[in-house]
Amino acid sequence: MSDLETFRAETAAWLEANCPPEMREPMVDESDACWGGRNPTYKPGQKEWMDIMAEKGWTVPDWPKEYGGGGLSRAEAKILGQEMARLRCRSPLSSFGIWMLGPALLHFGTEEQKKHFLPPIARGEIRWCQGYSEPGSGSDLASLQTSAVDAGDHFVINGQKIWTSYADKADWIFCLTRTDKNEKHKGISFMLFDMASEGVTTKPIVLISGQSAFCETFFDDVKVPKSYGEGVSSVVFEVNRGWDVAKYLLGHERSMISGGGSEGATSLGAKFADQYGRDDMGRLDDPMLRAQMADMDIEVLAFRAMAERFGDTFKAGLCHPAQPNMMKYAGTEINKRRHELIMSAGGSEVLEWESEATNGGLTARSWLRTKANSIEGGTSEVMLNVVSKQILQLPGA
Amino acid sequence: MPLYLNDDQQMLQDSAADFMKGEGDVAHFRKFRDMNCKDGFSHDLWKKFAEMGFTGIMISEDEGGLGLGHVDAGVVLEQIGRNLTPSPFLTTAVAGVEALNAGGKALREKYFPGILSGDSVLALAIDEAAKHRPDQINMSASREGNGFKLDGKKQFVVQGGSADTLIVAARTSGSAGDDKGLTLFAVDTNAAGLTRNSVRLVDSAMAAHVEFDGVLVDADAVIGEVDDGDAVLKRMLNAGRAGSAAEILGVGAGAMDITVDYVKGRKQFDKIIATFQSLQHRISHLYSEMEIARATVLKAQQMLDEGSSKAELMVSVAKAKAGRATALSVKEGVQMHGGVGMTDEYDIGLYMKRDRGLQEFMGDANYHTNLVAEMHGY
Ligand SMILES: Cc1cc2nc3c(=O)[nH]c(=O)nc-3n(C[C@H](O)[C@H](O)[C@H](O)COP(=O)(O)OP(=O)(O)OC[C@H]3O[C@@H](n4cnc5c(N)ncnc54)[C@H](O)[C@@H]3O)c2cc1C
Repeated sequence: MSDLETFRAETAAWLEANCPPEMREPMVDESDACWGGRNPTYKPGQKEWMDIMAEKGWTVPDWPKEYGGGGLSRAEAKILGQEMARLRCRSPLSSFGIWMLGPALLHFGTEEQKKHFLPPIARGEIRWCQGYSEPGSGSDLASLQTSAVDAGDHFVINGQKIWTSYADKADWIFCLTRTDKNEKHKGISFMLFDMASEGVTTKPIVLISGQSAFCETFFDDVKVPKSYGEGVSSVVFEVNRGWDVAKYLLGHERSMISGGGSEGATSLGAKFADQYGRDDMGRLDDPMLRAQMADMDIEVLAFRAMAERFGDTFKAGLCHPAQPNMMKYAGTEINKRRHELIMSAGGSEVLEWESEATNGGLTARSWLRTKANSIEGGTSEVMLNVVSKQILQLPGA
Repeated sequence: MPLYLNDDQQMLQDSAADFMKGEGDVAHFRKFRDMNCKDGFSHDLWKKFAEMGFTGIMISEDEGGLGLGHVDAGVVLEQIGRNLTPSPFLTTAVAGVEALNAGGKALREKYFPGILSGDSVLALAIDEAAKHRPDQINMSASREGNGFKLDGKKQFVVQGGSADTLIVAARTSGSAGDDKGLTLFAVDTNAAGLTRNSVRLVDSAMAAHVEFDGVLVDADAVIGEVDDGDAVLKRMLNAGRAGSAAEILGVGAGAMDITVDYVKGRKQFDKIIATFQSLQHRISHLYSEMEIARATVLKAQQMLDEGSSKAELMVSVAKAKAGRATALSVKEGVQMHGGVGMTDEYDIGLYMKRDRGLQEFMGDANYHTNLVAEMHGY
C-alpha cells in the first residue's frame, strides 16, 4: 500500500472507533452544529467529538501542528475529508475562527499572534464573530464608518455593525474599523477584541425564517488595548492595511458559503420518489417534478466536481485568485434552487410553520434561510461584478 | 488524482492547440465547407493527425498507439471543438477504438494499423430514429451460415459516407427494449447489400443514412460476445459521450472567447459595450457555467480512466451539463454580437451550428438527464 492508502485505512479505522454514534447522524438544522466557546451549549456527543478531534489537530487538519492543527498534507487532508463524508461523521467544530480569522492570521499574523490566537480556535475554546457590515456599508463595504481613534496604549471604538452572525454568542470579534477618515480602502484596520469589553452591546435581528442568529452590534467608547502581550498586537497586519486582510479573507468566506451547492443528499428524486409514489415503470409519479429533480441532480453533481477542482487548483496555486467569487455565486444560486424544489415537493405539508410533524417548520425555515446565501458574504451581483472585472477583464467593471 | 491536467496532459494540450490552430482552424473548416467536400474533412489533415499520434491515442502502446485514456482524448477533442476542426477523430480514434478495445485480438490487428496510419475512418451505426435511443435498437442480425445477415436501417451515422468500416449495433435476439440480445459488428462499408446516403448537416458535418439489405458478415466480425453486446456498446457510448462532451465544451469555450473579444471591441452610445453591466453579468454567469462544465467533463473522464463504477453516471452528468453550458454560450454569443452575429462572415454562428450537431450526438441533455434519474432509481 502507498503511504496515502495506509493513511486512508488508518484514518477510516480511527474515525470508526472514535466518532460517537450521535455525531454520525445527519444534521437536522443549524442548531446541530457544534460551536464551542466560553458559554457553550452541547448536544450529546458534541463535546466528546470536538475534544478528541482537537487532540489530533483534526478540527483544523491542514494547520501546522504548533498552532493546534493536524499538520496534514493537502492530499492527507483531502482524504480525511473524504473519509469523514463517507462515514457520515459530522464536522467536529463550526467556527468563524477556523473558516475566516485563522486563514487571515496564518497569512498576515505575527508568530506571536498565531501562537496566541490560533490554538484556542482549534480547541473550540474561543468563539469569534465577524464585524464587517454596517447599516450604510453593505456591498460597498469599504465605505464603513465605525471609528477607531488612537489613544496612546489603546484605541477607542465607536460605531455600529449589522448582520454580525452570532454576535450575541461570540467571545471575540474580528472587526473592520476606520483609522483614517481621509482615505477609503487605505484607512481601514483589521482589529481583534473581546466582545465582553465595556461598551459592546448586541441586539438580535429576527429574519424571515423566524431565526435570529444575526445581530446589530453597537460600540460605545470601547477601549481596545493595542497589545495583548509581546508581539501580540490587536491589529492584524498593519494599521490602515486592514482592507488587504479583509479582501484575502473574503476569498475564504466565499468559497465556504459556496459549499452549500454541493451539500446534502445526492439525489432529491431518489429521496422523494417513495413518498410521491411511482408509475408502473418505477418513475417518480409527477413528470414535471421528476424532470426538475433530475436537473437538480445534475447541477449538484456538476457543482461537486467543480468544488473538487476548485479545491485542488486552489491548493496547488493554479486557480485564478478571483475564482472564489465565481464559486460563491454558483454554489449559492444552486442551493437556493435546490430548496425551492424541496418546498415544491413538500406541497402544503411543509407550509406548517409550527407543527410537530414538520419539526417546527424546519423545511420552510431552511428554505427561507437559503435566500440569504446570495446576499451574505457579498451578493451574487457583486460576485458577478468581480468576475467581470478580475477574471474576464471587462472594461469599466 | 487532482482534478486538473497533469504536466503531460498540459503538454498534450499545448501541442493539440498548436496543431488545430495551425492546421485545422476555422478558415480550414470554411474552405472545406465551401468546396462542398463530399467527406466534409481533409484526408491530408487526417494523415497529419496520425503523424501526431492522435489517431492512436487510445490504442495501447503494445499495439503501436499512445496508450492514453479518456482525459487525454478529451484534451484533443476540446481543441477540435474550439477550432471547429473537421475530422473523424471522435468516431474513429475515440468511440470506434474503444469498441475495438473491447473486442478480440484478431479484430484489433485487422483495424488498428489503418487507424494508426490515418488511412482508415470508422463510423458508428447506432441510431435508428431522430433521437438517440440505444435501448430501442431494432435492426436485426440473424444467423446465416457461420456468420450473420444484417437487415435494417441506421441514421445519423456521422462520417458514414467516408468510413471504410462501420461499428454496427444490431439485435441477434430479443426485441427493442430488452437488455440482452444486442451484438456489435465491425462491417466493411463495401459489403454487398449495404447502401449509404450521405447528407450534409446544419454544421456542415457529413452523416449517412445506411441501409442493410441482407448484408452478410463472418462470425469474426462480432465485437465482444453474441447477444451480450450491451457491455461493448456501453463502453463505446461512454467513450463517445465523454468525448463529445469534451468537444462541445471546446465549442462553448471558443464561442465565449470570441464573444468576450467582440464586446471588448464594439462601441455604442460612445461606450465599449462590455462596460454595460447587463452584458457583464450574463457573460460572468456564462463563465461560471463553463467552468462547472469543464470540471464535470474532466471528472467523468478521470472516472472512466479509473474504471469507477459510477463513471457512467458522471458521463451522463457531463454530457448534459456541458451541453447546456455550451448551448448558453452560443446563444448568448449570437445575441451579444447583434446583427453581425447573424452573418455567415462572423464565426459565432458556426459555433452555434456545431453545438446543435454535437447536442444530438449520443444523446442530448434531456436524454442524459432522464438517464441520471433512472440511475438514481426514480
Ligand atoms: C444572513 C446574513 C448573515 C450575514 N452575516 C454577516 C456577518 O457575520 N458579518 C458581517 O459583517 N456581515 C454579515 N452579513 C452582511 C452581508 O455581507 C451584507 O448584507 C451584504 O454584503 C449586502 O449588503 P447590504 O445588505 O447592505 O445590501 P446592498 O449593498 O444595499 O445591496 C442591495 C442590492 O443592490 C445590489 N447591488 C449593490 N451594489 C451593486 C453593484 N455595484 N452592482 C449591481 N448590484 C449591486 C445588491 O446585489 C443587492 O441586490 C450577513 C447578511 C445576511 C443576510
